[in-house]
Order: sequence, then structure tokens, then C-alpha cells
Amino acid sequence: MKLLVAMPILLPLFAALAMLPFRERPAVQRWLALASSVAQAIVAALLLAQVYAGGVLALQAGGWAAPFGITLVADLLSAVMVAAAALIGLTTSIYSLGSIDHERERFFFHPLMQLMLVGINGAFLTGDLFNLYVWFEVMLISSFVLLALGGTPRQLEGSVKYVTINLFSSAIFLSAVGILYGVAGTLNMADLSARLPAIEQRNLLSVVAVLLLVTFGVKAAIFPLFFWLPASYHTPPVAVSAIFAGLLTKVGVYAIMRVFTTVFTGAESEAIFRILLWVAPLTMIVGVLGAAAQYDLRKLLSFHIVSQIGYMLFAIAIQSPLAIAGGLFYIVHNIVAKTSLFYISGIIREKSGAFDLKKIGGLYSTEPLLAALFLVSALALAGIPPLSGFWAKLMVIRAGLESGHSFVTGAALLVSLLTLFSMTKIWNEAFWKDDPGVAKVTGAALTDGRMAMLYLPVALLCGVILFFGLSFEPVYELSARTAAQLLDVGSYRNAVLRGGGS
Amino acid sequence: MTLLLALITGLFYAAGIYLILRRSLVKVIFGLMFLGHAANMLIFSTGRLTKGAPAFVPKGAQALVEPFADPLPQALILTAIVIGFGLQAFAIVLFRRSFEELGTDDIDAMRSTDRIEQVGGGDA
Repeated sequence: MKLLVAMPILLPLFAALAMLPFRERPAVQRWLALASSVAQAIVAALLLAQVYAGGVLALQAGGWAAPFGITLVADLLSAVMVAAAALIGLTTSIYSLGSIDHERERFFFHPLMQLMLVGINGAFLTGDLFNLYVWFEVMLISSFVLLALGGTPRQLEGSVKYVTINLFSSAIFLSAVGILYGVAGTLNMADLSARLPAIEQRNLLSVVAVLLLVTFGVKAAIFPLFFWLPASYHTPPVAVSAIFAGLLTKVGVYAIMRVFTTVFTGAESEAIFRILLWVAPLTMIVGVLGAAAQYDLRKLLSFHIVSQIGYMLFAIAIQSPLAIAGGLFYIVHNIVAKTSLFYISGIIREKSGAFDLKKIGGLYSTEPLLAALFLVSALALAGIPPLSGFWAKLMVIRAGLESGHSFVTGAALLVSLLTLFSMTKIWNEAFWKDDPGVAKVTGAALTDGRMAMLYLPVALLCGVILFFGLSFEPVYELSARTAAQLLDVGSYRNAVLRGGGS
Repeated sequence: MTLLLALITGLFYAAGIYLILRRSLVKVIFGLMFLGHAANMLIFSTGRLTKGAPAFVPKGAQALVEPFADPLPQALILTAIVIGFGLQAFAIVLFRRSFEELGTDDIDAMRSTDRIEQVGGGDA
């Protein structure tokens, strides 16, 4: 059963390799992509069930024992993130059936998407900091190509910024890993967590901690490091920007969560959390204010990604079990709601010919189904009961009040209100007001079949949002157990170092 | 030897950051390369450098004898060089294509994705 841990990495890898010979036959690529995504969803569900029932699962590649070999670990946090990635991978492969043009398919759109999932799943499952770097690079190089694929001037501009900042942060990451190895003599996360408390050179460890925070902060788009995101995420086709918006920034958040609860446990983490308590409210506020100024639908949503990251950072910084559970639930909820909103922006573009809110309108009367789906996702994002975002925010804010951070909690509540305001803006502009009748540049009309491919993933994700919101009990159960397991570093360490995982 | 490495590492970091802050795409790519190498040199110098003492277990012995160079950082650098090479190759192609498509290599001129959209823009 231990091979199950490697399956989320191997499946998309083999799927991508299998697609390569079929450059001129996009139909084959599409079916392979779909099959691989369905298989990943099944594997992720099995992995989650296995880890939930049996505790942390560790795989030592090639049978080399823990601190020396390459370790793959699945604890509940990893398993939940892999499951979320599988869900988004599945919906995106359906969505791209209806929206990706043949030219992009010929230039290996589908294999690149699978390779990006290889990197994302690898980053979630690795038990070693250097391998985390490697998986980050796998994810990044595929995302670079996906972002630039098609080569319109706007895409290239966005890519230049995205590529530069990410290569820069990779260099910082590598430096941090180098210093950490010099200090501790190991890079295995479980081994590090055991050895770091005894290390003498505390100041070097603080340097490493801050360097890592900067690296992951760039990936997660936290407060002063987020400018690349709204400059690049709205340029590629919707299927690409949706999966970026949903998953990529959360890999950075996951890394922050993992490194500063599992690897660093002492004074260094405390210092990082004090920094995060300042960064979190600034991230929330700056993101939401940036969104308020925008009229381009996807740029508006891009700024909201930044704003929502603030809540997750706040949850990580509090570190109580309730906060971690809330933060984790927030991450999953946000992955689902944000991806859904990006898909909807694509459908709006298909229906009305523009992303610019000033040019569109009247969709409420022509597309009532779309309006309903938008309401579900947007209100979930703003945190209106009984949808998923409400519970996520409730948990984080309650944890904030319990730990006495009333200022940040106040900021979180205010930002919720502003989020609702900008969701209302989209609603008013795109759905409610009359169609302004500006000249439309609609492409060829879509067939019903392709339209169904666009609606299906949105409906699926809205179903998940409703499920999270309405039957909250089991979801709370899962996030509480995940938080308990994450804070209990001993079980993680045992599973990895004793070759175990019962 | 260690002093020389430290100097070179510092020089690479400085050159890398200086070049990245220039506005021309060509200088940015050179800056990224310098930064990648700076990180590699940093890892290299953490690896207990020794002269003429490779990490081989001598015949008959059970373990390495001091002093020996730690082989792991070198393995890490090898991986990092390969990854860095791939990324840099991609970046060069991307920057070249951007130059052809946008007609400029001045990063300050690439502002259209940053601006708040006016009516008339905004469609990819």
C-alpha cells in the first residue's frame, strides 16, 4: 500500500509521457488527460482514506532509510492538499475540453498541465527540503510554459515578470537550503525537526527561516511580494489562470505551514509568526483595496487571491489547533471557490465577449443558471452562511479572538465586508445592469457540447461548496484531526525515521 | 581556498542583484544566471571543502577517514545546475520572443498588464 504515496506523482507523469507522441492528434491527448485526472481523483481519495484510518504514511524511495534516501510522506495535511489538487486537476481538464484552442493543444497544453500537477503533488508529498525545491521547479517550469503558451504580447509581458521573480526566489530558496545543510547536516524534514533544537548557531537558523519565508512568500503572494500576481495571472486562457489561481499560490501557503510547524518548531517559528501577524492583515487589506479599483474581471479576481492569502497566513500565525484547522479548511474552500469564479469569468467572456465589466451586462436575464452559480461561488468567497466560506472564516476569526489578536481579527472582518462589496460590484455590473450594447467581439458561437464542458466543472465545484457549507460536521472533523496531527510533530517524525507509518 | 570561495560567492550575489535591477532584459538574464551560480557556490562552500581527499571509503575500512569532503552538497549542486540550466534556457527564449513581439527590451516599457484597465482594453 505504500506505493499509494507515490501514485499522485507517477500517474500524471506517465500520462504526460504517453501524450507526447500524439502531437497531431489532440483527441487522444484530451482523453488521456481526462483519464489521468479521473485516476488521480480516485488515488487521492484512497490516499486520504488510508491516511485518515492508518496515520502518517512514508515511502523511502529505493529502500534507502530515512535521512539518507528520498522520502515521500503523506500525513493528513498532504493528503488533503493532494485531494484538492486532484479535484482542481479534474475540473480543469474538463474545462479545457471546451475552451482550449487546437493550436495550444498541438503545442502540448495537456501534457504541460499534467506535468504541473506532478510538481504540485510532489511539493505536497515530499519529506525533504531539497526535493521541495526540485518539485517547485518542476511546477514552475510547466507553469512558465503554460503562461506563455500562445505568445500574445500581454501573455509575454506577464510571463517576463512571473519568470523573473520566480527564478529570483528559487535562487533565494537554494541559498537557504545550502545554509541550512551547512548548519544542520541534513535536509530531511523529519530529521531536521529532531536536530534543529540542539543546534548552536541560532542566528544562522533565523536567517534561514526568514529566507524561506521570503521564498514561500513570493510563491504565495504575501504582502510586499505579490505584485507579480495581478500582473500575470489574467493574461493566459481561462483554464490556465483558473488552475494557477486555485492551486499555485496555495502551494506556497502549504510550504509555509509545513516548514514553520514541522521543521522549525522553536524560537525561529515564533519570530516568523510575529512577522506574519503584521503581514497577514496588510495582505488582506492591500489585496482587497487593489481589487476595488479594478474593472477587468480577471484582474479583480487576481487581487482577491492576494487578499484571501492573508486569512490563511493569519491562521498559520495563531497556531492554535482551531486556527490551523480553520486555516486548512480556508485553503481548501478558497481553492474550490476561487477556481470556480475564474471558470465563471471564462463563461462570461464566452457569452458577452469581454472581461471588462463596463462592457458587459444583462446576464441575469439571459443566463440565469450562470447567475446562480456565480452567486454561490461569490457569496462563499465573501463568507455568507451557509456556504463554505462562512465556516472557514468563522473558525479563523474565532481562533483570532480566542488568542487575543483583536486588531487583526477586526481587519479580517472589515476585509470580509469589502470582499462582499467587490463581489456585489461584479454582480451589479455583469448580471444586473442593462447590457450597455458596446460592440461585441464574440468568437465563433460555441456548440452546446462545448458549453456543457464549461458549465460542468463550475457546477461540480459549486456542489462541493454547498456540501462543505451544509454538512459541516465531517469536514470539521477532518480539519480538526489534520490540525492535531500537524501540531504533533512526533508522529510525523516517527513515521519517517522509523521507516514506519503503521 | 575558503576565503576565495567566499569572495566569489559574494561577488556573484552582488553582480546578480545589480544586473537584475537593470531595465534591460539581457542584463536581467545575466543577473539570474549569476544569482543561480552564487547559490551553488554557497552550497559548495558549506560542504567541508578539503584538498585531495575525495569521499571514498579506503580499502579494508568500514567508514570514511577524516578529513573528507562531504559529497552531498556536490550532488545537490549538480541537480541545481541542471535545473538552473533548463530554466535559464527557457528564460532566454522567452525574453527573446518578448523582445520580438513587444519591440522593446526595456522592462519599464512593459506596463500594460499593470495598469488599471480603461474601457477599450482588457481582452486577452
